[in-house]
Amino acid sequence: MNRQITRVAVVGMVLLASLIVGTTYWQAWAAGGLADRQDNAIQRVAQFTVKRGVIVAGDGHTILADNYRRRVGGQTLYFRKYPQRGLAAHIVGYSTQVRSRAGLEESENDFLTGSNTNLSTVVDTTLSKLKGETIKGNDLHLTLLPKAQRVALNALGGKCGAAVALDVKTGALLVSVSSPTYDPNLIENHFKLAARPRFGCAPLFNRAESGLYVPGSAFKVVTASAALDSGKFNANSTFYDPGFCTEYGKPVFNFADQSGPERFGTVSFTQALQHSINAVFCNIGKALGAKEILNHAKKFGFYSVPPLETPVNERAISGLYKKGKPFFPKNDFQVDPGRLAFGQERMLVTPLQMAMVAATIGNGGIVMRPYVVDKVTSPDGSTVITTKPDALGRAVQPVHAAQVNQMMQAVVTGGTGTAAQIPGVRVAGKTGTAETGENHVNTTWFIAFAPADHPRYAVAVVVERQHATGGEVAAPIAKQIMEALLK
Amino acid sequence: MFSLSYRNRELVNLFVVALLTAVGFASVYIARQDVVSTGSLSYALFFFALYLAAHVVARITVPQADPYLLPMAALLTAFGVTEIYRLTPDDAFRQGLWIVVGVAAFAVTLLLLRHDYRRLESYKYLFGLTAVVLLFLPALPVIGEQINGARLWVHVGGIQFQPGELAKIMLIVFLAGYLREKREVLAQGRIKDFGPLLAIWGAAMLVIVETNDLGSALLYYGIFLAMLYVATARGWYAFGGLLLFVAGSALLYQAVPRVRERVSIWIDPWAHAHTTGYQITQSLYSIGNGGFDGKGFGKGVFATTNGHTLIPQLNTDFIYSALAQELGLVGAAALLLVYMLFCLRGFRIALLAQDGFSKLLAVGLTFGFALQTFIIVGGVLRIIPLTGITLPFVSYGGSSVVANFVLLAGLLLVSHRANSISRIAMEEQ
Repeated sequence: MNRQITRVAVVGMVLLASLIVGTTYWQAWAAGGLADRQDNAIQRVAQFTVKRGVIVAGDGHTILADNYRRRVGGQTLYFRKYPQRGLAAHIVGYSTQVRSRAGLEESENDFLTGSNTNLSTVVDTTLSKLKGETIKGNDLHLTLLPKAQRVALNALGGKCGAAVALDVKTGALLVSVSSPTYDPNLIENHFKLAARPRFGCAPLFNRAESGLYVPGSAFKVVTASAALDSGKFNANSTFYDPGFCTEYGKPVFNFADQSGPERFGTVSFTQALQHSINAVFCNIGKALGAKEILNHAKKFGFYSVPPLETPVNERAISGLYKKGKPFFPKNDFQVDPGRLAFGQERMLVTPLQMAMVAATIGNGGIVMRPYVVDKVTSPDGSTVITTKPDALGRAVQPVHAAQVNQMMQAVVTGGTGTAAQIPGVRVAGKTGTAETGENHVNTTWFIAFAPADHPRYAVAVVVERQHATGGEVAAPIAKQIMEALLK
Repeated sequence: MFSLSYRNRELVNLFVVALLTAVGFASVYIARQDVVSTGSLSYALFFFALYLAAHVVARITVPQADPYLLPMAALLTAFGVTEIYRLTPDDAFRQGLWIVVGVAAFAVTLLLLRHDYRRLESYKYLFGLTAVVLLFLPALPVIGEQINGARLWVHVGGIQFQPGELAKIMLIVFLAGYLREKREVLAQGRIKDFGPLLAIWGAAMLVIVETNDLGSALLYYGIFLAMLYVATARGWYAFGGLLLFVAGSALLYQAVPRVRERVSIWIDPWAHAHTTGYQITQSLYSIGNGGFDGKGFGKGVFATTNGHTLIPQLNTDFIYSALAQELGLVGAAALLLVYMLFCLRGFRIALLAQDGFSKLLAVGLTFGFALQTFIIVGGVLRIIPLTGITLPFVSYGGSSVVANFVLLAGLLLVSHRANSISRIAMEEQ
């Protein structure tokens, strides 16, 4: 009988051992897959047992994302609230119970939940776990300045558009506003209300970093830099403007709404930029060729996703577009260089990229990596990581950057951008009024940096679907933001 | 340790278990202070006192019995009651009362049968018939009650119990007695010798199928095959039995919609994630959330952000997924190892026992214990289709706890006798 008993015992042990194998499978092998499933109600709740880190603005005390505590069935759960509502909604984003996330709440989720792998954080969370304490996430300290942010939001009020401001020296993102904005507190339970179009525009879309617009004349800053760096032109070059430029045997006329006469005659390089003379830039473009201009644009950051801490799908690439995708020509003849030179053709840019262009000129030609997370601190206040300003490379020779700087100052002192003048401060800027294909409906731009002699801040403003020019619509907004920053 | 007597070893082990229990309750208390009170710590003390009483009875009645089974049972009930306490503190109190009743049943069984449990053999038919009657009770109109699609409960004067749990032990006693007596003739394979066996067996199975209790059907059938194999040493009986089982399952699959549903949930629970598969998928999420080291007692997630329970029947059928989340792979594996050790000791008792009845009894009880654990945990882990059945000593449920204490008493009785005889034999040499 004992032989049979042994066999039955083996069967029993194998059955029980299979349970250990099964448990191992679900807890080790399949655990990750289970956690990622959308219908995983436990994960959905479990995320709320972690006290997410708060998100603090650049002034050091304005809280952009915070938690409130609720006791549910003997468990402490932490839910998100956004005390400043729409102020920085597109950068901060949101984190909801059904685990849809956006903005930094999505891309910095590991830091915010303390699941990043920095040694100090791993030690902290492990200790909390052992002590049975609530796991606390790390706090994010942003570079955004709430006051300037508020000014930008109010200045854009009622219009669709965006404003971006950068610290010229460091690349810190000081202002990033997309109008209309939305209240992230509503996303959870009133998504339709939050997403309802205002002024005919969708509020959830982040125009500042993913909005693609025709740059129009604002792009001339890039063309001018390329012209000077190419050696084919210099600051003393003179041009003859007959009022149009001949391309493929057809005349391309100057934009009708420029300040001053429609035909300038013989002008300097400075005057050409000051009055944004399309015919002159058209000829510069023809002389340089499309690829030379675009290669130069690349140095400013075009054709790559601008480096920022937000989710990569919330940042768009600036450049020529073909069938909805960035397109870099293989040969010069694929692109019309004349129209490219004054920012038409199929050129599409983000406000962030244009702010980077202005900042680069202000910074003597060096492109700084834009960033919005200044530092990450642990719950006890010690620093986990700090962002160090980082140069992406040189886009313009220092001498030429200084010359473009002078030309841009002329735009504000006596050209298309006089509306951006600030008493006592030298402002360098460039207007843009891009045709949208619809009659008398323009995308209006203003990019600027100030003080022009010692540049500190760079601003880019875009306003959609306007009947007036960039100098009339966008320049005053840029001025208000600049004033708020300089204060 | 060699110098320690069996019972002193048991006492030392119980101390260790009491310590673990105290730690378990303390961690639940720390994690859930606003829900549970400091009174929770007295649970551990109460637990220790209770098992001390059981130990004293064992010391008097079965001094030579295996010293590890009682502490392991104590550990399992501690696991269970701690987790139940963490999930639904009110149920933990009731479970505590049932454990008292269980220990009482343990003591009574030991005291009644301390001289010679083998006289049970002469009442084997009585046991068999009683088992069938017990199984039939829930099907009766007034006292029977249907819960979750299965008629397993009997309601008498406010007390609700599952007679099937006790019937299982009675059937094992019957089978041990009957198979011991008829093993030679059964081994010859003549149909007429199987008569009484198949009569009682068939009746039990019919009742189980009638009450829709598929998990128990599988359990009883498994016990039957294992004991038949041990008694007759005919491998093809077990093999043929398995074939019959497969055929029967296929038939049931065709005939009973409930079985079809269970199987389709088993094959792809996510296809039914919002309806019938909800329970098993959320239970798997619970297990997965435990990870390697678990969330800790009292720190697991079992409710929505509104406080609604995520997994129904969490403290009965699904208690394993609750434990797996809070204790992690380390704790769940430890729990399963306790079951394995318990069964190893049980099978060892069967090997050491001298007479056929004792061997069959020990094998039946132990294999039943192992198989029951496999059926419910395997169902929760999606190794086999899920059928509602209790996890021995751990799940919330009075009849199950009481029955398992009786089972434990049975194993100790067999063990005591086997060890006493071998000791006498050794002394005579």
